[in-house]
Amino acid sequence: MDWQAFALSLRLATATTIILLAIAVPLSALLVLGRGRWLAALEAVVTLPMVLPPTVLGFFLLVLLGPRTVIGRGITALLGHPLAFSFDGLVIGSVIYSLPFAVQPLVAGFASVDTALVDAARLLGAGPVRLVLSILVPVARRSLLAAIVLPFLHTVGEFGVVLMLGGDIPGATRTLSIVLYNQVENFDYAAADRTAAILLALSVFALAAIYSTSVNRGARRA
Amino acid sequence: MLELAFNARRGSFHLQVECRLACDWTVIFGHSGAGKSTLLRLLAGLGRARRSEPANGRVTFNGNALTDTERSLWLAPGHRYTSLVTQQPALFPHLNAAANVAYGLRGLDRTRRNARVDEMLELVGATDLAFMRPQDLSGGQAQRVALARALAPGPRLLLLDEPFSALDGTASDALLSRLQNWLREGNVQAVMATHDVTDALATSAEVLLLREGRLIAQGPAAEVLTVERERLRERLRTGNA
Repeated sequence: MDWQAFALSLRLATATTIILLAIAVPLSALLVLGRGRWLAALEAVVTLPMVLPPTVLGFFLLVLLGPRTVIGRGITALLGHPLAFSFDGLVIGSVIYSLPFAVQPLVAGFASVDTALVDAARLLGAGPVRLVLSILVPVARRSLLAAIVLPFLHTVGEFGVVLMLGGDIPGATRTLSIVLYNQVENFDYAAADRTAAILLALSVFALAAIYSTSVNRGARRA
Repeated sequence: MLELAFNARRGSFHLQVECRLACDWTVIFGHSGAGKSTLLRLLAGLGRARRSEPANGRVTFNGNALTDTERSLWLAPGHRYTSLVTQQPALFPHLNAAANVAYGLRGLDRTRRNARVDEMLELVGATDLAFMRPQDLSGGQAQRVALARALAPGPRLLLLDEPFSALDGTASDALLSRLQNWLREGNVQAVMATHDVTDALATSAEVLLLREGRLIAQGPAAEVLTVERERLRERLRTGNA
């Protein structure tokens, strides 16, 4: 068992989830509460990683963050190293790749909040930030939970983007999915069994923990 | 004094109202679909125009413009010193009754906020409901708490859209009487929409008669609602009320 890869996968998923939450909550609120035709275009862009093959997304990011582009050269000058084939680069790739998995449940949750509640809060003087934090998020807390769990698990099991953007560097970019791929390629099916079982158990455990919370059980009974 | 001149489209519905409301208590009377709620929402600043649903006009309250589409002025709902209580209480489900009432009291310290919440709950007869969740309240109790929440920030203009529909007649009359005293003491102007002629006649209010989005008549209830009053009297006489 590659514990280093296991820890790296968890670290990547945690960092991705935290960054995603900070981006997805205001973005989803904007998509639900905002006005203007440009919002449809924004939603399409946000959803794009969901339908784009991960390898294609990884390739685009590899080129974008590499030395061929102004952005890539700028980042390299700023950080002192290129983002491609680094943990930081993986985090950026994972955030973009998992963005729709955080935004979609939040948009659905925020949109399902009774508009009368939103009107009542506005009448009582709530600005956009307070409206989102004190009304939309608590009322749509099931969606918030989904927006945490889905991207986390999605990132733990990520393969295409990781391989294209990060390669296979032990301790830096080698995640459990890459380890599993290597084990299968080397015909080490016994080790692959164990790695796959851990990935499966992690997913089942996280989903079971979430769906057994009082928030979900209570909401379903109601 | 509230002055409004408004022309708004909502889907196929067209609201066109121009009037001046100088009384402390005004009743907008009209049947379902007459445009009462749309008018109150526009006054509250909630019915902001969309490209597909244009709204043009001007609303001033005590000389201050709340809406003036010519100047692209549309004060946000929370900046109009206006509260709106609707038939649907719309209490925040994750907060208890006291926290709902306190929601609009951000500028006060905890002691003054709690005192204000207690005062408002007592006014509407809901002191014993303070720590109950909205889902545990009856329709009438929820409407009382919603009224307390709307009054707590101290509005200068109170808009009521059939707010006591879930209360029985006696409770509704008692609450209305207490509310009117409180509004009078605080010099708060109120506009109440109703389709119930008994509600409209119960107060010595000025009445706006609204039909299909147009203002048909304006004046004392006894004059404007003569036809409705006779119809009610006839129904009471024949026992069909």
